[in-house]
Amino acid sequence: MSRVAVLKGGRSLERQVSMRSGARVEDALARLGHEAVGIDVGPDLIARLREAAPNAAFVAMHGRDGEDGTVQELLEILGIPYTGSGVLACARATDKVLAKHLMIEAGIPTPDFHSFSESAFAGLGAAQALPAIEERLEFPIVVKPSSQGSALGVKFARTAADVPAALIAAFSYDSRVLLERYVAGRDLAVSILDGEALPVVEAVPRDEEFYDFEARYEIGRTDFVCPAALDPEVAERTHELALRTHALLGCRGFSRVDLMLDGDGGLFVLEANPIPGLTDTSLLPQAAEAGGVGFDELVGRILELARLPP
Amino acid sequence: MSISRDLERYAGLFASRTRVMTSSAMRDLMAVTARPEVISLAGGLPDTSTFPPQTFAAVTQRIAEESCAKALQYGPTEGLPETKGCIAEAMAAEGMRVDGEDMIVTTGGQQVIDLVTKTLIDPGDVVIAEAPTYPGAVPVFSSYQADVVQVDMDADGMRIDLLEETLDALGREGRRPKFVYTVPSFQNPAGVTMSAPRRRRLVEVAHERELLVLEDNPYGLLRYEGPAPETLYSLDGGVYVMYLGTFSKTLSPGIRLGWVVAPPPVLEKINLGKQAADLCTSTLSQLMVQAYFEQGHWAPYVQSLTELYRSRRDTMLDALAEHFPPQAEWTRPAGGLFIWATLPDFIDTTDLLARALRENVAFVPGEAAFMDGRGRSSMRLNFSMCDEDTIREGVRRIGEVVKEQVRLYGTLTGEHPAVRLDPGDEPEAESASVVRLPRRLPGQRRADRR
Repeated sequence: MSRVAVLKGGRSLERQVSMRSGARVEDALARLGHEAVGIDVGPDLIARLREAAPNAAFVAMHGRDGEDGTVQELLEILGIPYTGSGVLACARATDKVLAKHLMIEAGIPTPDFHSFSESAFAGLGAAQALPAIEERLEFPIVVKPSSQGSALGVKFARTAADVPAALIAAFSYDSRVLLERYVAGRDLAVSILDGEALPVVEAVPRDEEFYDFEARYEIGRTDFVCPAALDPEVAERTHELALRTHALLGCRGFSRVDLMLDGDGGLFVLEANPIPGLTDTSLLPQAAEAGGVGFDELVGRILELARLPP
Repeated sequence: MSISRDLERYAGLFASRTRVMTSSAMRDLMAVTARPEVISLAGGLPDTSTFPPQTFAAVTQRIAEESCAKALQYGPTEGLPETKGCIAEAMAAEGMRVDGEDMIVTTGGQQVIDLVTKTLIDPGDVVIAEAPTYPGAVPVFSSYQADVVQVDMDADGMRIDLLEETLDALGREGRRPKFVYTVPSFQNPAGVTMSAPRRRRLVEVAHERELLVLEDNPYGLLRYEGPAPETLYSLDGGVYVMYLGTFSKTLSPGIRLGWVVAPPPVLEKINLGKQAADLCTSTLSQLMVQAYFEQGHWAPYVQSLTELYRSRRDTMLDALAEHFPPQAEWTRPAGGLFIWATLPDFIDTTDLLARALRENVAFVPGEAAFMDGRGRSSMRLNFSMCDEDTIREGVRRIGEVVKEQVRLYGTLTGEHPAVRLDPGDEPEAESASVVRLPRRLPGQRRADRR
């Protein structure tokens, strides 16, 4: 038995999801015989960590602060081993633009894209390049903030007229956005636990053309199929791409890689999430379950992999 | 610990109506607005810090001494007769005459919306509401699986001509709405007030079509200018209009005390629903209101709130004129707690809220007030809860992020969106998809009140 600080909440826009993830993790840790100390991350984080003096920290935060390496940096300063990826992997995975450039360099297929900072539009006249980009990517185009987790701020531009409003929406979340070629097809997610790929989950939207933040987290709008009905060969390629992405970004312990499978059997990696959701409707726990790993065991194994960098 | 948070375990047990009772991205964002460092113009809260603690102490002291056992006991489902007397007094202040027999004291006004909907609506039945409507009514209607049809408003409140068109169209489909839900005075969220001719026409329509109307009037006494509007209830005389009142905005939302006045057959059914829901409204709260009214301070307190909120409204209107870009438009409420601001349609206020939260300021995105995805360029701003400096700073911060997005749009498109000031210029077709409410005049500032 050890004392484990469960970091959750914080000021991220995904605070609510994180609170749900954290609560489940605390319950699981208690069942596993650990002493779980839940901490809703705020300005008193350092004081509370010093007071709790945990043997390890379970980072159950999503989005800003928790998933981008900020909290990990603090935990290293305090010398507290923590679950999941380290600072560098978090920084790489959270920055979708950086992650996609790394994927291209490593030969991992990812949808074509162009990215811009707000200052490129304000100071460099990037708007004049929009028609050329639109021509190259072809409509519909997905516009998304570079760093926001989940699907907040992700917009679908069907025509050139939709692009400015979609960019403004994406810039609401981040000063850097990307315009990405839309890959029509099946929406797949591969969760990785301790270097092993878990069964593929497929998200099947019930009615929406493009599944949004709400649908992603709430039962009733999207059906999740796990394991996804895929040809063994496709499933194997999906696993392999996910594992390569996880390794490329330097993720540790666990992660979730999101991919699209197009009509021609082409696979494209969209992004990697260093701290995927752990709620009752989240994909990682579903995949683990399908792989024969119950939630308590999942939490236990993630905790065992908690480390401090050497 | 044996607690289980696994939804799967219980999923098969939920009623089908809970499927619509989900959380949403917007609600997740709203959760972040509760942080202490955030200036929230999002709530609908009265400023209870204005209530004198010594009055509260005197009221509770008196209950302890004179009616302790009664205060701690159950009461009649329909409410205590003495409390009904206070309610009649409050309604008389708005020119209504009502008999205690015709009302039920409820646990806040919200319970009235719930009980009326429970009493009248089968799944799929139509409720007519304003567009935009009170965001808190949306989950009530959803939970009873009502089909909510929203009728547009303008500066004079709900467009009764559109209401009649809507009723005709529904009639052709063989559907007859059960009731019209309206906040005619100082509406939440739009801040507009239904004109006298429209009030009369709405009551006529209710009689012609044998249609119930639920008049939700939480803010009637919080009037900052202009003549007191005659309530639908007064105009109708209690035949088709059900009246919802509450002490939440004029005294305290914490005491959870509201009421409903309805025609006796409807009231009887509501009473049965109330009995099933919670047996009776808090006796303690009812006795507190009674003791408070007997002290004779309630009307002066409402007057003091009116002065305070009028000043805060003016501060917010000034701040909007100073900090919002010319492309923005907003309502000028003559009472109540809210201003409804509408931005150019390339700005999505739910996304804007995420940006605003980085500046530690919050509002309610317009989509909360619609069932059909409209309202995405509007926001509801509350001026009752924050002091004037905080209001100015909050509006300044929102204005900055709005201007940032307007500038960005100009950069992206090479154009600068034209200022649209006269809603009369709008083609009619557009009013069906875009909410058009009264607009400020260009450069309008409060000159006489600095």
